[in-house]
Amino acid sequence: MDPLRIVVAKPGLDGHDRGAKVVARALRDAGHEVIYTGLRRTPEEIVRIIEDEDASVLGLSSLSGAHGFLFPRVCDLLRSAGLDDVVVFGGGIIPQSDRLELYEAGVRAIFGPGTTTDDFIQFLVEVVERRSSNQPVGVGSSDGWHWS
Amino acid sequence: MVGIGVESMTSTELASQAAAGSRRSLARLLSLIQEGDTASIESVSGVENAATIGITGPPGVGKSCLTDCLASYWASQGQRVGVLCIDPSSPITGGSLLGDRMRMEQSGSNDLIYIRSVATRTSFGSLPLRLMAMISALSLAGMERILVETVGVGQTEIGIVSMTDTVLLVDGPDRGDIVQAEKAGLLELADVVAVNKGDLDGAENAAANIRSGLALGNSESIPVLVVSALEKTGIDELVQALEEVQLRPSVEVVRWRHRLTSAILDQVVSDSSFDSTVTSLAEGKITLEQAINMIFQR
Ligand SMILES: Nc1nc2c(ncn2[C@@H]2O[C@H](COP(=O)(O)OP(=O)(O)OP(=O)(O)O)[C@@H](O)[C@H]2O)c(=O)[nH]1
Ligand SMILES: [Mg+2]
Repeated sequence: MDPLRIVVAKPGLDGHDRGAKVVARALRDAGHEVIYTGLRRTPEEIVRIIEDEDASVLGLSSLSGAHGFLFPRVCDLLRSAGLDDVVVFGGGIIPQSDRLELYEAGVRAIFGPGTTTDDFIQFLVEVVERRSSNQPVGVGSSDGWHWS
Repeated sequence: MVGIGVESMTSTELASQAAAGSRRSLARLLSLIQEGDTASIESVSGVENAATIGITGPPGVGKSCLTDCLASYWASQGQRVGVLCIDPSSPITGGSLLGDRMRMEQSGSNDLIYIRSVATRTSFGSLPLRLMAMISALSLAGMERILVETVGVGQTEIGIVSMTDTVLLVDGPDRGDIVQAEKAGLLELADVVAVNKGDLDGAENAAANIRSGLALGNSESIPVLVVSALEKTGIDELVQALEEVQLRPSVEVVRWRHRLTSAILDQVVSDSSFDSTVTSLAEGKITLEQAINMIFQR
């Protein structure tokens, strides 16, 4: 697989980014270029980073419980910036009951605490396959596909 | 107009959109340039480059924090600033963790500042291939100042001297890493030295050591300043020192030697036959001598 440019971002106010850093390292070890944004980025800042870095994948991590607001907000801003092809996935502590809503907002995968590096890699392989066969996968497509 | 189909734009269109202020077009153009796309590289050739500063020094001394301070300073003067943060790629997996912008909290949301993280990829040095063309793309996009952050002390530093007009060498208190640079005779290539973390003990001492090292090497005119990116002290003085840097003929020769070498290298490595030659070498099908002949006698 060709290397992807992936932004790993941490919106929200909680100050724990251990999980996000673990994800960033796993993606790097899988051969990708991972841009780590650091703590407490606003949705606007995250979209600006995606745009400036010409990244095609965005991983959002949240432990604060604010994902229900923040993840859809980021997806909305990506679409209105014309960044429809960007693929968004989420990680952190996200209860099952919240997930459907996030998928509907455009998040394509949600990874819980027990996720292995292999899970990420398989997801990205699928993303690249869908992209190369012109199947919808970006945040701008409304067919609701998500990885499971 | 926002980001309409940069995927389907030609490099000429991307270049003109970038020059008209589209960050998205600039972002894509930089990607294409780094991938070695000839048309994109040509679309920025002949551009007059903006004033470029290389910021280098050992890991963890605060280069990114200081870059953040400098970029914000010039932006507060109304200037547009482009920042390239360079980090190494793993030669085995090709992966890279680009964490510099994590420290760029002031610059991150400033409309006058464009920050781009760049992995070194297949380059075997501390600088990516086609860095010069990336600098030209930023210049074309209207950046009036360009800052390039690279990790390194020792031999690798010489590279950044060749790519930028001015070199700022950053060190920390009581690290002693810079002694390596001194041994290699590279300290003299810096135009300005900043000892960062001036809020901690030992910074003044470290600066004094560097100054006496420089005096021995007959280059006492290189300013050595104590700054703190954390407390934002000494930044105005640092800016002033950087703006007052004079061209040094002895450094110009070094600069152009390396500029020429890396331009030749970029060209050789960008040729489509290069990768297959490397594969043949790795498979033992040809000798190094044969490979060199193949490359230079096409
Ligand atoms: N006390 C103090 N800490 C600082 C200062 N500037 C930076 N730091 C801290 O030093 C650490 C490294 O800062 P960076 O700016 O990432 O250093 P760097 O040289 O860019 O690091 P690499 O890119 O990894 O080589 C961070 O924890 C900063 O908060 C300073 O002026 N004073
Ligand atoms: Mg840094």
